[in-house]
Amino acid sequence: MDALAPAAPVEHGPSLRQRLAARGFDAVTLLVIPAAIFSLLLFVYPFAFGFVLSFEPKAGGDWLANYRRFFSDPFLYDTIANTLRLAIPVTLLNLLLAVPIAFRVRLMRRQRLLTTILVLPITLGTVLVAEGLLNYLGPQGWFNRTLITFGLISQPLKLVHNYWGVFASLVITGFPFTFLLTLSYVTGIDPALEQAAATLGASAWQRFRHVYLPLLMPGFAITFCLSFVQAFSVFPSAVLLGEPAGVTRVISIAAATAAFEEYDYSMASAIAMIMGFVQLGIVLAVLASRGLFYRGPASGAKG
Amino acid sequence: MIRDTTLGSKLWAAAIWFLVGFFVINLFAMIATVVTSSFATRWLGTWLPVAFTTRWYSSAWSEFQLWDILMVTFQVIAAVVIISGTLGITAAYALARRDFPGKRLLVLLFLLPLLIPPITFGIPLATVLYQTGLAGTFWGVVAANLVPTVPFVILVMIPFIEQIDPKIEAAARVFGASTFKLFIHVLLPLLLPGMLAALLLVLVRTIAMFELTFLVAGPTSTTLVVALYYAVFAAGVRAVQSIDAMAVIYMVTTLVWLIIALRFVNPTQIVTRAKQQPAH
Amino acid sequence: MTIALSQFDEVRLDRVSRDFGALNALRDVSLTIRRREFIALLGPSGCGKSTTLNCIAGLLPVTGGAIWLDKSRVDTLRPEERGFGMVFQNYALFPHLNVRQNIGFGLKMRGKPKAEIDRKVDEALNLVRLGGQENKLPGQLSGGQQQRVAIARAIVIEPPLVLMDEPLSNLDAKLRLEMRAEIRRIHNELGATTIYVTHDQDEALSLADRIVVLRDGVVRQAGTPKELYEAPAHLDVADFMGFRNKLQGKVVGSDGSRVVLDVEGARISGVARESLSTGAAAYAAVRPDDLMVGEAGQNAIAATVDTIEYRGREFVGTAHSRGGLDFVFRSHQSVEPGSPVHLRADDQRVLVFAEPIQGRQ
Repeated sequence: MDALAPAAPVEHGPSLRQRLAARGFDAVTLLVIPAAIFSLLLFVYPFAFGFVLSFEPKAGGDWLANYRRFFSDPFLYDTIANTLRLAIPVTLLNLLLAVPIAFRVRLMRRQRLLTTILVLPITLGTVLVAEGLLNYLGPQGWFNRTLITFGLISQPLKLVHNYWGVFASLVITGFPFTFLLTLSYVTGIDPALEQAAATLGASAWQRFRHVYLPLLMPGFAITFCLSFVQAFSVFPSAVLLGEPAGVTRVISIAAATAAFEEYDYSMASAIAMIMGFVQLGIVLAVLASRGLFYRGPASGAKG
Repeated sequence: MIRDTTLGSKLWAAAIWFLVGFFVINLFAMIATVVTSSFATRWLGTWLPVAFTTRWYSSAWSEFQLWDILMVTFQVIAAVVIISGTLGITAAYALARRDFPGKRLLVLLFLLPLLIPPITFGIPLATVLYQTGLAGTFWGVVAANLVPTVPFVILVMIPFIEQIDPKIEAAARVFGASTFKLFIHVLLPLLLPGMLAALLLVLVRTIAMFELTFLVAGPTSTTLVVALYYAVFAAGVRAVQSIDAMAVIYMVTTLVWLIIALRFVNPTQIVTRAKQQPAH
Repeated sequence: MTIALSQFDEVRLDRVSRDFGALNALRDVSLTIRRREFIALLGPSGCGKSTTLNCIAGLLPVTGGAIWLDKSRVDTLRPEERGFGMVFQNYALFPHLNVRQNIGFGLKMRGKPKAEIDRKVDEALNLVRLGGQENKLPGQLSGGQQQRVAIARAIVIEPPLVLMDEPLSNLDAKLRLEMRAEIRRIHNELGATTIYVTHDQDEALSLADRIVVLRDGVVRQAGTPKELYEAPAHLDVADFMGFRNKLQGKVVGSDGSRVVLDVEGARISGVARESLSTGAAAYAAVRPDDLMVGEAGQNAIAATVDTIEYRGREFVGTAHSRGGLDFVFRSHQSVEPGSPVHLRADDQRVLVFAEPIQGRQ
């Protein structure tokens, strides 16, 4: 009788390994670990370290001394205004130019040639653009010469080593970036939606206002944020093309000076944190307003 | 797709093409200025230089020790491409194939270094690297450059891996392929186009990555773009044409790889990252 | 019913052409659509049927000819000035607007007062039977519901003409039959004039008052469903109307009202649909339903059975002849694959066509 009795069922739940696998943790998931460790070590840790360091002033004093110094010294706090004075107009201009151009280019058959040309300044980078513009926009450069030849001006315009030099370099590198992002959003919208609106009696402006704009608003908000953040961190062109001790003394110059000329890493970290917070603040403000708009597929529901 | 033929819309179109043309002409004129100057004997106050020469290239080559700088640049790039490829593709594979708690947080963590400008996280990063003594060394420059490139590879590869049907892997397993064989004979050939695109983009971006390299490079670990910055910064010390010759060498280095990259990727991918991954 | 479609006598396409570069997508298409007609534009993909519809809607400019709505010329107007309602293949509902806003879009663009918009949208919702769904976004609706919204949105602007571009092609088979009936019901209830593009001859035959068959940008035949089904004018129209057996042969003579062909030595007689001269190459076209297993002799051709399938009441088989012609036939009894049979058709059921012009096939 005993011998025939079935073995008492042992309460074997699923093994730990099975339970983990059920939640998505198995050998394949572990492949993410090297990159995650790397990111913690070289991105999260430095950020945290810099954050803490910014509260440990080199010169001593209480934990807020760096921040108090930044916000009491006009030479330091003016850098925020200087940077915003460059970044906001440039970003708005780039976006305002990019939108109508993207709408036109969307209809083009051979977009690739134009996108390739526009990707040039992005790949060449800010240093080369700054170096090129230094000659090109200079008093003896081709730009001023052309204007004088056409009789538009009599004296060369001063376009380098001031605000406008940096502005021009931010347009040359920033516009393609803004445009290509905008174009990818604009082409993501089903053209049949515009056709439908047209057959329903909407004029070109009404189609833009009531169909494209609400669908594109989230994309425009993201484009604005990314373009703004790029412009806000302007550095090499502000030094090379601008007036790094004056109107184009931007916040990254202040941070780099603190780090590499004064060797005050604590202050440099504080400035980097302030720079991050200003960027974050503007991005959050823009993205929060994004909540007011439609979010979802822009392709005309499911096919 | 609706094309208007009214006068107003024609004027509007003309205005837009004028803006595009103005931008493109200025862009090319700017590049042409650098190239012309690099071949100029003397160029002051005239449309074109007095005469042309190639001697600035040899003087730039020796003055700026371009051979050493180019060697360092290519070694940095090779290291960055290999490491970010290895780390990025393995992580992308896990993220594309598995769903686990905390995945969204992890993706956000990988997204941040691409959204935050390098100068913002570069200063605390440089501080840490100086403390550990890595800054100024070759590996310090490589480490700094990896911060945005590893996430870049991950985000380009995730959609690419997702569109490979997992059934193909299952089928290979059914036919008895080991994990290693599966990788070599099944996954690698399927992933190759995506890997090529991602790594070429990393390469182009690393050549032009100024901020991070600038913040952590030392005298022996300076790459071409940082050397160019210092040369322009100290303008007046060297002849303008010599700096322009160096700029042309930099441009050629970048553009060669850009042209190669454009055979495999859409130009918009350089900006919009994973958004326009072509579906194969 | 206050959705009252604006009325007119006829829409006339007068030698309309549309070129894309060197490609003639439409060549001299002339067509008159009378009030309250349901017209189907039928043809294979690339035949120009959608191009025709887009030209009428104004989404594509015509490159030749004119389109008239009674006495006024409309092809020079922009799409928003034409006021035709259009239903798109993928519905093209505005994803950010709810059902009510989608349907009211056209009225809002016309600056109609809110009370009127509300009243008309309610009526349109009732007409397409979507009551209770008005606050949903398109993404929350099923395919059939999206289709109903698209129709309501097109008709609420009271268009003289409703254009539909393959509206059922994204639906599954069951829903397609249901919506087909709905489209006809709405057309009848409103007294609408509809132009309907499709590649599905069943849809065209069951819905339309008149079918226009297009091929390579040219009107091949226009007529009632019955005319097209029973008397296609050309071989390619016949092919579209289900004449799957095409027997190539040579004209050897005529026998009263019938023309006689030599097909691989067999004599096949049928009704000539195009002018034929003795000795010319010609095709005898027969529907599978009309090709039966029978005895050798008049109007029969020898063939070898390839496959045979049981279809409930009878069998349907495929066979081939010595000369390589393929057949689909009907049979009351099962026949063994590989066995020789004679396939025959009643000469009234055989249509004889001239050889298609080269390059048009």
